[in-house]
Amino acid sequence: MYRIVEKQELAPGIKQMVVETPHVARRARPGQFVIVRLDAPGERIPLTIADHDTAQGTVTLVVQEVGKTTAQMGTLEVGDTIATVAGPLGHPTEIAAYGTVVCVGGGVGIAPVFPIARALQTAGNRVLSIIGARSRNLLFWEERMAAVSNELIVCTDDGSYGRPGLVTEPLRELLEARPGEIARIWAIGPAVMMKFVSRTTEPFGVPTTVSLNTVMIDGTGMCGGCRVVAGGGAQFVCVDGPEFSGWQVDWDLLLSRLQYYRPQEQEAFEQWQRGACRVEETTA
Amino acid sequence: MPRIIPTRTPMAEQPPAQRIHNFDEVPYGYTPEEAKAEAARCLLCKRPTCIDGCPVHINIVGFLELTAKGDFRGAINLIKESDALPAITGRVCPQETQCEQVCVMGRKYQPVAIGRVERFLADWEASRGDLSVPELAPPTGKTVAVVGAGPAGLTVAADLARLGHRVTVFEALHEAGGVLVYGIPEFRLPKAIVQREVNYVCNLGVSLIKDFVVGQTATLDELLEDYNAIFLGSGAGLPWFLDIPGENLSGVYSANEYLTRSNLMKAYRFPEYDTPIARGRRVITIGGGNVAMDACRTALRLGAEESMVVYRRSRDEMPARIEEIHHAEEEGIRFMYLTTPVAIHGDDQGQVKELECLRNELGEPDASGRRRPVAVEGSNFRVPADIVIMAIGQSPSPLIPRTTADLQTQRDGVVVIDEATGKTSMKGVFAGGDVATGGATVILAMGQGRTAAAAIHDYLKTGVW
Repeated sequence: MYRIVEKQELAPGIKQMVVETPHVARRARPGQFVIVRLDAPGERIPLTIADHDTAQGTVTLVVQEVGKTTAQMGTLEVGDTIATVAGPLGHPTEIAAYGTVVCVGGGVGIAPVFPIARALQTAGNRVLSIIGARSRNLLFWEERMAAVSNELIVCTDDGSYGRPGLVTEPLRELLEARPGEIARIWAIGPAVMMKFVSRTTEPFGVPTTVSLNTVMIDGTGMCGGCRVVAGGGAQFVCVDGPEFSGWQVDWDLLLSRLQYYRPQEQEAFEQWQRGACRVEETTA
Repeated sequence: MPRIIPTRTPMAEQPPAQRIHNFDEVPYGYTPEEAKAEAARCLLCKRPTCIDGCPVHINIVGFLELTAKGDFRGAINLIKESDALPAITGRVCPQETQCEQVCVMGRKYQPVAIGRVERFLADWEASRGDLSVPELAPPTGKTVAVVGAGPAGLTVAADLARLGHRVTVFEALHEAGGVLVYGIPEFRLPKAIVQREVNYVCNLGVSLIKDFVVGQTATLDELLEDYNAIFLGSGAGLPWFLDIPGENLSGVYSANEYLTRSNLMKAYRFPEYDTPIARGRRVITIGGGNVAMDACRTALRLGAEESMVVYRRSRDEMPARIEEIHHAEEEGIRFMYLTTPVAIHGDDQGQVKELECLRNELGEPDASGRRRPVAVEGSNFRVPADIVIMAIGQSPSPLIPRTTADLQTQRDGVVVIDEATGKTSMKGVFAGGDVATGGATVILAMGQGRTAAAAIHDYLKTGVW
């Protein structure tokens, strides 16, 4: 059992949780993830590590409530426990001195891109960051990203804050305005965003790393449910990734595999919402 | 001279028409009278071949003789001297190719149903309360880390704890049991039984740390700093695919994934449990081993109208236990023998629609001694399906080898060991089970665990590698 020691709502439906898990915190590196299972009937889901504190023995997870498990996780409070937090899993990000790099975070993807940007900056890179959200109220960690970036561009889809539009636009402008300067790009966010970031960068030839979040059970290579086609062959996101070259990922296949359990996920979410509402009514 | 009873005592089973709608265990097990009657069929050979046929050398004649006399306590204690998990091996061992194959009765008549009696004794003991814990040797002050709480690891842990060593088992998943909990379905091995056997091992003083992925959470080298010896029993987790077009369509599962969803995560009880599983109308399982049988029979219980098995050789070559094939046939599984899948076709949603296959003929024997299937050119045909399950084998997970520079592995990541001791290329590190064989049976894993435990004990006593 792993205890929640801090909880904060970063934006509507986006919660930050700091969880006591010394084993994971001891070895966690930017780019890695954990498998979380809330309770005995719970499913196992992968969550990318947004930060960790080895001394305190904690990891920080940022969760967007999009289904039953994430919504249920959002109801947990400080002092509550999580049945399973296993990790750190996957290969860490390859941190090196590349020169000038760009870190792109979209939506809840801002959280996992943060430790990568920080590590890249510590390693001596000039870090240009672009973060985006649908709307101003969904944007979080702007200050944290600013603190680890040499330049920060903020966008919102609806134009309510920062630059209006998608993250791909300022990214294209950077690549056009500074030819040959940018050595590498990291992009984490919704699959569609990572797909279009990869499309944007490919003509410029700047290597682009994306972090994939697929359906997963064990997270140790055992089930193969997380497989994607990248670089021509099937790869397991859990043991071969989670980072891949965005140019090599078969995005349409990935997007269709992400949809497979949608009807059942919907059913579970609706049933849980009905149950959760009943509990609230009886306690009110 | 004992009286010869030519045929074995039948074991009552749940009828097929009923059991395909539930996940309850198929055989009911012997009654005490049936167990005594079956045990009494043993000829009590002076030089028993059955014991040599058992990978862990259980004193089979001894326990059958005690059972026939009604001394069930004595019989189960005798088994447990060699086998820490009798309720499990009594259910999942391929007895027909081991002890029962070499039973002298089997030369003219039916062999003694050794597995069924073993199973009865284990269940009899459990029905009388907690499993009795044998006396432990005084503490030696030596520590052992066991990686993986599957059949091999649990056996090593039990043996070494009895010898007085402090054993810690590291398990990557949230439950102990390995393949016994994620792979083998409830209807073949109830999880309550696995839990009972795991509790027994813990009652010997073994510590169990779950959610700990060796190779990620800590490396093998780090464990070696904290423990006097390590046993690596991390299994063969990485599933194989056929490398045919369409294999990554939605609805194509590895058997590992399909069975893990249903068994470990209890997806068959969705939405009471959170993990979903696709419930196909037409399910095709590819492969002919025990895992394939478990998958196709699980599909039926999840409501498939038709559950089929595609196997490239013929029935005689199928590696599954005869009892599993028999149960699958009784339940209405359709077997397509001498068939090789060549492609999976999908619909516009990226979901499986059809499996395309070729017919085979049997050619000359191959390296395994079995006749090689040869595809008949132009014999392509398509079978409609909404789920395809690949049950064609697996290799060890790469997580430990790739973070352990000194650990020698073969192609496919199988860890190299000395067969007689389980020693790996690293001093203080032993291995056994599927991580060292690439994929075999529960009992072979336990046999290797037993061998390694004896060698670890020697190493801890003498310090000699």
